[in-house]
Amino acid sequence: MKMQNQRTAYGKTLVELGRENERIVVLDADLSKSTMTCLFEQEFPDRYFEMGIAEADMISFAAGLSLTDRIAFVNSFAVFSTGRPYDQIRQGVAIGKLNVKIIGSSAGLSDFGDGATHQSVEDVAIMRAIPNMTVLVPCDAIETVKAVRAAVEYNGPVYIRICRNDVPDIFPEDEEFVIGKPYVLRDGSDITIFAMGRMVCEALAAADRLGEQGISTRVVNVSTLKPVDDNSIIKLAEGMKGVITVEEHSIIGGLASVVTYALRGKGIPVETIGINDEFGQSANTYDALLKHYGLTADNIVERAKAL
Amino acid sequence: MYYIIQVDNGEDDFMTIQQLERKAQEIRLTIVKMVGPGKAGHFGGSCSIADVVAALYFHKMRHDPKNPKWPERDRLIFSKGHAAIAQYAALGICGYFPEKELWNLKELGSILQGHPDMNKTPGIEANTGSLGQGLSISCGIAAGLKLDKSSARVYCIVGDGELAEGQIWEAAMAASYYKLDNLLAILDHNKLQATGPIADRFDTRPIREKWEAFGWHTVEIDGHNMKEIVETLDSIEKVKGKPSIIIAHTVKGKGIPFAENNAAFHNGAMTQEQFETACGILSEQGVM
Repeated sequence: MKMQNQRTAYGKTLVELGRENERIVVLDADLSKSTMTCLFEQEFPDRYFEMGIAEADMISFAAGLSLTDRIAFVNSFAVFSTGRPYDQIRQGVAIGKLNVKIIGSSAGLSDFGDGATHQSVEDVAIMRAIPNMTVLVPCDAIETVKAVRAAVEYNGPVYIRICRNDVPDIFPEDEEFVIGKPYVLRDGSDITIFAMGRMVCEALAAADRLGEQGISTRVVNVSTLKPVDDNSIIKLAEGMKGVITVEEHSIIGGLASVVTYALRGKGIPVETIGINDEFGQSANTYDALLKHYGLTADNIVERAKAL
Repeated sequence: MYYIIQVDNGEDDFMTIQQLERKAQEIRLTIVKMVGPGKAGHFGGSCSIADVVAALYFHKMRHDPKNPKWPERDRLIFSKGHAAIAQYAALGICGYFPEKELWNLKELGSILQGHPDMNKTPGIEANTGSLGQGLSISCGIAAGLKLDKSSARVYCIVGDGELAEGQIWEAAMAASYYKLDNLLAILDHNKLQATGPIADRFDTRPIREKWEAFGWHTVEIDGHNMKEIVETLDSIEKVKGKPSIIIAHTVKGKGIPFAENNAAFHNGAMTQEQFETACGILSEQGVM
């Protein structure tokens, strides 16, 4: 399967958007070579704002830029673009529904070497809890491009979560990305796996193996974590023996919360796979961390068989 | 007559210093009436900045109450958002919304929230109130106006207690780095924070030296001397290549004797008797 990097896809898309729309501005806090906003800076130095290592000021400054009819993209690692400036996002951006797009780069455990301080296990939960915020978690580079473009079309605050490492191409090139829509990537009739971000490829691998064992598995890419139409989740779960949620995120406030809430009172068994209310840690590879926290196709197969 | 550029006819009309002083008293009287007796309101810090607010809305700023989103307008952002009652009063007097709205301050469904809400109140530019953020927002607006090559200016009211917020100094660095000479901060240096004098509670001084060290053009004035306020506002926009700050020495609760220099009126309630006293004093002082 072709592997691509979401950060690179994001950086290139920003440049294209910059050419198409002069109202787009980009802010970064000394991580532009990692978030790949350096590409935008090279082409549009006047519309790139280096804010120094000052994330709180960066968010509020972006709010100000949006008040001059601009679309402001704010960039840092997910942990520093959500948790650290939480109050600035809440007060200055979300209450006023300003056109600020917050990018959470190197999200989840994908910054494997840097450890708990730089990994984000709760960014989706934080952002989902803020009224007026839209939360997107694209599963690969193709969907990242489409999600970023959809965020520009939408007038209001959006959070987009991006993985640091290469991920396989999954999202169909010709599929339109619509905010709020869950995508069935493979259909099945026994169980449904709802997966988010990097876990979508694990879910597909698990579905392959489950199929070999006679368990027909539907795989759903939930790339909009807010807003979610509960009925869209119910429709994809109804008639199944059970469902599993899989996320590279705390089981509190992310995909597990979305799906269990949507399915409340429906009597459908739900299993949740995620990070069990604990912080990450350093490892030499991303895969080692995913394995340690039980976020692999093997884990999904095991849980599916127990349903 | 207000100094308001009407987009249609372009007629400007300057108020005299005495007229501006009366406007400041009218703002104070409106603040007192808006809060009313028996209800808590942030009128200490609203009254301390009333003279500056009068000078901005009725002398300095180009704005149009009939077209609050006029792109070329000058912007006023209260980073010390709790004192927005002073801004509401000025906006109401200018006619940004019907006068009756003034008397619904903080009521359920009111367009006048406890802290500024740009989507509810015509003339309010940003959502502020969580201290330390308004200056950064003002910087972003100033940077956006520069990209637009606009001549509009951004004014930002900052509190002296608020200077304890680290984000103020992040913004101070950013404004300086981006040479935001279309930004003017005005520090309402009333020397009292919610729980007492800043000198005793959390001393944010020395103030002038800090701003100078951060690369700002810095001027100190008497924030209740209208002539000095007007002359400083007029001269300071000639400063190029750096942001400016006016450190306005003020008195918290200015104009209401029982509230002056009294931290209890940071967010206090007047008795009926105090309310009548305040209305009487402010009315006597020549509200037009």
